This record gives sequence, C-alpha cells and structure tokens, in this order.
Amino acid sequence: MRKMTKIEIITRPGKLEELKEALNAIGVAGMTVSQVYGCGLQKGHTEVYRGTEYAINLLPKVKVETVVCEIPVEKVLETAKRVLKTGQIGDGKIFVYPIENAVRIRTGEEGDIAIIDPKA
Amino acid sequence: MKKLWSILAICLMLTFLLVPVAFAAETDGAAVAAAVEAAADAPKIDTGDTAWVLVSAALVMLMTPALALFYGGMVRTKNALSTIMQSFFIIGLITVQWVLFGYSLTFGPDIGGFIGNLDWVGLNGVGQEPNADYAATIPALAFMAFQCMFAVITPALITGSFAERMRFPAFVVFTLVWATIVYDPFAHWVWGVGGWLRNLGALDFAGGTVIHILSGVSGLVACLVLGKRRGFGTSPMLPHHLPMTVVGAALLWFGWFGFNAGSSLGANGLAASAFVVTHVAAAAATLSWVFVEWAHNGKPTILGAASGCVAGLVAITPAAGFVSAVPSVIIGLAAGAICYLAVAVIKHKLGYDDSLDAFGVHGIGGTWGAIATGLFASKEVNSAGADGLFYGGGADQLITQLITIGVAWVFAAVMTFVILKAIGLFMTLRVSESEEVSGLDVSEHGERAYAQDFVAGAPIVHGHEIAQQNVAGKANLA
Repeated sequence: MRKMTKIEIITRPGKLEELKEALNAIGVAGMTVSQVYGCGLQKGHTEVYRGTEYAINLLPKVKVETVVCEIPVEKVLETAKRVLKTGQIGDGKIFVYPIENAVRIRTGEEGDIAIIDPKA
Repeated sequence: MKKLWSILAICLMLTFLLVPVAFAAETDGAAVAAAVEAAADAPKIDTGDTAWVLVSAALVMLMTPALALFYGGMVRTKNALSTIMQSFFIIGLITVQWVLFGYSLTFGPDIGGFIGNLDWVGLNGVGQEPNADYAATIPALAFMAFQCMFAVITPALITGSFAERMRFPAFVVFTLVWATIVYDPFAHWVWGVGGWLRNLGALDFAGGTVIHILSGVSGLVACLVLGKRRGFGTSPMLPHHLPMTVVGAALLWFGWFGFNAGSSLGANGLAASAFVVTHVAAAAATLSWVFVEWAHNGKPTILGAASGCVAGLVAITPAAGFVSAVPSVIIGLAAGAICYLAVAVIKHKLGYDDSLDAFGVHGIGGTWGAIATGLFASKEVNSAGADGLFYGGGADQLITQLITIGVAWVFAAVMTFVILKAIGLFMTLRVSESEEVSGLDVSEHGERAYAQDFVAGAPIVHGHEIAQQNVAGKANLA
C-alpha cells in the first residue's frame, strides 16, 4: 500500500471555484467541501441592528479536504498556493496529514486502491 | 458623536428649506376652499370611482415590496438584503420626491410640451377636488397618490440590472436624479396635458413605454456602465430562494390589477375590460415561457413560470385599455416566448450582465407591448383610443407607437449614460472587489439576511467593544 496524504485547505469562499478547477487540472478528482466559520489574523466586521453595533469576528470560509496518493503532495500545495495567494490577511491555511487507511464502501477495497479512480 | 451632530444639522437644514413650501400650501389651501364655494358646477366626485382608484393605488404600492421579494430571491444569499433594500428604500425616496416636486414636474401646467412647471410644488393646489384635465370624477389627491406609486416602481425595476454590485450611496443619487430628469419629463410627454407625445397620439394605457421601456433600457445601459459582476460567466450565480421569487411574482400579478384596471381611473366597464386582459395575458405568457423553455432546455421551471407571468403583465400594460380578450392571449403568448429568447439566448450571445433581466423582461416586453398596441387596439374597447393595424385603422397608430418607442429608447439610454458618468466623476459607483466577494449585505448595510448557526462577537456600547479579551477567548474555543 502506497503512502496516502490528506490535504486540508481553509480559504476564502470566493476562491472555491478557481481552486476546484486548478486541482482537477492536476488530477485531483475527489474532494469534500464544507462551509465553515473561523478566525485568525482577520478582524471580522461590524453589523448593526436597530442602532446596536456588533463586532462579528467569525468569518465565513470554505474547507476543502482531499486525500492523494499518486499525485505528489508538493504539487497540490504549489497549485493551491498559486491559486489562493492574494497577499492579504485572510488567504487561509493548508494542513497536511498522513492517512493510515482508506475504504471504498461500495466494494470493500482498502488502501490506496480505495481512493484511486479505477477508470483513470 | 460627531456623526450625530451632523445628522441633526442636516435635519434642521431640511426643516428650514421646507418651510416656504409648507406655508405656500396653507395659503393656497385657503384660496382653493374659497374657489370651491364659488364654483358650484365644479366636476362632481364619484364615490365608486374614488374608492376604486384609492384601492388601486394601494395595490400598486404593494408591487414595489413584491418586486423586492421577486428580485431578492434571485440573488445570492450574501446580497439578499441589499437587493430588497434598494426597492424598499425607493418607496421612501421617490414618494418624498414626488410630493415635493416630482408630481408638479410631471403633471403640473405644461411648459412647451416638455415638462410641467413648479406651480404644484409641495402639492400646492392639489386638493380634494377633481382636476378635470386628468380625472374628472376623483379627487386630485387620489390621482396624485395613484401616479405616485407608478413613479416609485419605475426606478425600482432598474435595480434588477445592477443588483449585487452597485454602492448604496451612488444608487441613491442615481435614483433621485433619474426620477427627476428621466421619468418625470418622459411621463409628462406621454401623459401630461400638452405633452408632445400625447399630442402626437401615442397610446400607452398604463405605462408600457413610460415605465417598462424607460426602466428596461436604462437598466441595460446601467449594467453596461457598471460592468459585469466579478466571476460572471465563470462561477455559478444562482438564485438563493426561489419560493421568495414566486411569492414576489404572485404579489406583482395581484398588484398589477390596480396598475392596469386602475388606470381607467374609474369603476367602470373599461376597468373590467383592462382587468380581464391583464389576467389573460399574464396567464398566456406563463404558459408560453414554460413551454418554450421546456422545449429548449428539457425541463419546465418554476422560475420560468414566475418570469413568464411578469413578461405577460409587462406586455399587456400599454395595451390593457385598448384591446379585447383574444388579442390579449396573443400578446401574452408572444411576450413569454420573446422575453425567454431575450434572456436565455440573446443575453448570453451578447454577453452583458443584466443580473436579474430588467432589460430582457421590461425593456423587451414593454417594447413588444407598445408595438402590439398599434396592432390590436380597437375603438370598440375604448372610444378614446384608436384602431390598430388589424382593426382597420391602417398603419398610422403603429407608426406613432414606433416613434414613441424610439424616443423612449434613445432618451432612456442617453440620459442614463450621462447621469451615471456624471455621478462617477465625484463618487464611486461600484463596490470594491473584497466588498463584492463578501457580499453587499455586510459591506453596504452591516446586516445579514439569514443567521449563522453560531455567531461569535459582542455588542459595541458607546463605541467600546464589551470585554474584547473575553470575545477573543470565546472565539478560540469555538
């Protein structure tokens, strides 16, 4: 079984489409996307309801998770950085994790075969 | 605190500015009362007519909030409130403009066929007695109120074209200037006594050219001047709440009975005729839009049905008081198909970003309706009208209609372009990229339409955030 790696990218919601296309272009076909809220160096914004102001400091972000095996992790990171970097605070974070095992539920296959597109 | 003082100062200044208007109205009120006593044979108010026109005015008023829902459902979640706000705010802005000077510019005593004068500023002389020039059997105030709702909804229709990208301050200035130097003069040309298009014989029962062509063409120019939304054509820009759009369309349909049948300005046979053809055309256009889309794209859609009924209502508007039932079926069927082709085929070929199809539905639908009036008008329906091409009237009426359409297109396009370019010289028309990405609800209004499941933050009291350290702590936990 070859080494599998999970890459988790948290970034601006407006960049999702571009990131998805760039990842598809280097062969990353599968991913899980969630809407998340978070905070870091970004300050958030102010909202006003009937004259009362609120400092809202959790901002909407998207989290893209993908597990790769054949495609070099470096290539995924390079692509993500190229697409997502604006140079402004709020571009996001990328986390890289080792994966112990994977199972394709439909067939029961385990390991790298479970995450590789059989048609490719 | 500084802000508060400047707000108070502005209020005070406005109060002083309006004092002469208020006093003028009072003295004039007394003069009119005396005049009424003197003239015993003045036009008599009809209770049925008055009741119908007042109810119609209320029906038309509801159309602008309906439009807010119609448009609001079609934008993305992050722009829902800013889109609704534009329509809703216009009710306030244009009502005040109308009462202070808009009504006088539109319906006041004519200057050279081009504009009303300022005699009726602040509704000076517009009272409880009828004005026989416009409606002999209802109070002048009822006519004014009915027309006010038309003046309100017209600029609101334009907002669909620049939705999701225009800055609110620029939108306010644009709307006020547009209403004053585009809508008011043009409505005077077509409806005002002495207006040059009215004298030419143009037929526009309830506002096909005045309202729909003006707003639709202005919308097209506005979306071209502002430019496309960021990501247009590359990322999906889908309606966030179609049930809201359907509720809006249904309320528009309902309000349109006041719009068209109320335009007869009386509770009479013509009102009933306009009521029927309005309903029939909306129904026919709903069918044709759905069927054409079904054939073209493979699925009948609810957004298509909602858009179709509005296209039919737009097209029947200029013709409502001049055509009978079968022509209204034809007008409706054609409107649904033509408007569908305009928004689903031609728009993509030309590549402009009219966000919510103000041009495709109102500009194109209004133009078709104005042409159809020249084809199907019949004196049997309305003796004050004319016979169209298919009713033995020859091509005369059709040519008059085409001239009116041409004037409306050119006037709306040129004026909107000039106004936007002029405003662009001293204020920014468009939100910045980061504001557009985060959405106009937060960037322009500081509000969100839908609550997050969890929110972290704190109220700010007297400019100080409460326990900022605690907030940061809580956020880290979350």
